[in-house]
Amino acid sequence: MDSLTLIALVSIVMAGLTTGFGTMGPALAEGRAVATALTSLAQQPDASATITRTLFVGLAMIESTAIYCFVVSMILLFANPFWNAAIAQAAGQ
Amino acid sequence: MHLSPDEVIFWQLGLFKLNATIVYTWALMLVLVLGSRLITARLSRDHQRSSWQNLLEIIVSGIEQQIGEIGLAQPQRYLGFLGTLFLFVAAASLCTVIPGFEPPTGSLSTTVALAACVLVAVPMYGIRDQGLRGYLATYLEPTWIMLPFNLISEVSRTLALAVRLFGNMMSGAMIIGILLAITPFLFPIVMTLLGLLTGMVQAYIFSILAAVYIAAATRTRKPRPQSPA
Repeated sequence: MDSLTLIALVSIVMAGLTTGFGTMGPALAEGRAVATALTSLAQQPDASATITRTLFVGLAMIESTAIYCFVVSMILLFANPFWNAAIAQAAGQ
Repeated sequence: MHLSPDEVIFWQLGLFKLNATIVYTWALMLVLVLGSRLITARLSRDHQRSSWQNLLEIIVSGIEQQIGEIGLAQPQRYLGFLGTLFLFVAAASLCTVIPGFEPPTGSLSTTVALAACVLVAVPMYGIRDQGLRGYLATYLEPTWIMLPFNLISEVSRTLALAVRLFGNMMSGAMIIGILLAITPFLFPIVMTLLGLLTGMVQAYIFSILAAVYIAAATRTRKPRPQSPA
């Protein structure tokens, strides 16, 4: 395998793995957060406004870790600097 | 397929490029500014008022109430900054229903600029509220050992603010683009609806987080509890 194939192979496989593993943790965490929020909503319906607002902010904070992984895999797929460098090197020869 | 509206170039003269981000940002700004100018030109104080005035009053008083609930003492002082952030991000995601429109917040340069505004505004409000010495002293809390970590958190939360908004808006556009190639008719509409929801939530999150950071910088210092002798 030449270096171009190797870079493409590793980038594509790692893009899938990054999003796959990167969403696993946030999914578990969001599930826990929503479950706890529902429990406290059932116990204290009066505090629903505060709980919902805190829940939304917390969910966005948790979800941003998954978004970081998604951004990394998008960079690997569509704006890969190593791929661009290898292409430039191949074109120069 | 392009990653951000930066890559759509309408017009170019040498180094100067007019890309979709700039064009749509200015279009949004024009719509927001001219719209509010037109509405506020004919304000009425009695019970007969236009529906547009009602809309603006609902938005402004809603934002003010939300800022107050965060714990900022005088919401009017922060209404201009936080309200502008919310309205811009919300309008950008709301306008994605217009065909051909690309949200300028789907470009990393826009979101970094917005986050940089927050980075500058937080110390500004903090210094105005408790003075230069008082604000700088908050970096030394709880002990001076935490100084580097406080500085790092200042930078990292700005980065997180920018990348979160960019990732959410970009992923919405990208998923719709991919789905258009796979299942052309029904599914992209559903995803656009979901994108509208996430866009509004992200606008809310962005301004709420900015408000929380400002609240942390301007908190009225409680008197230190006397240590028992």
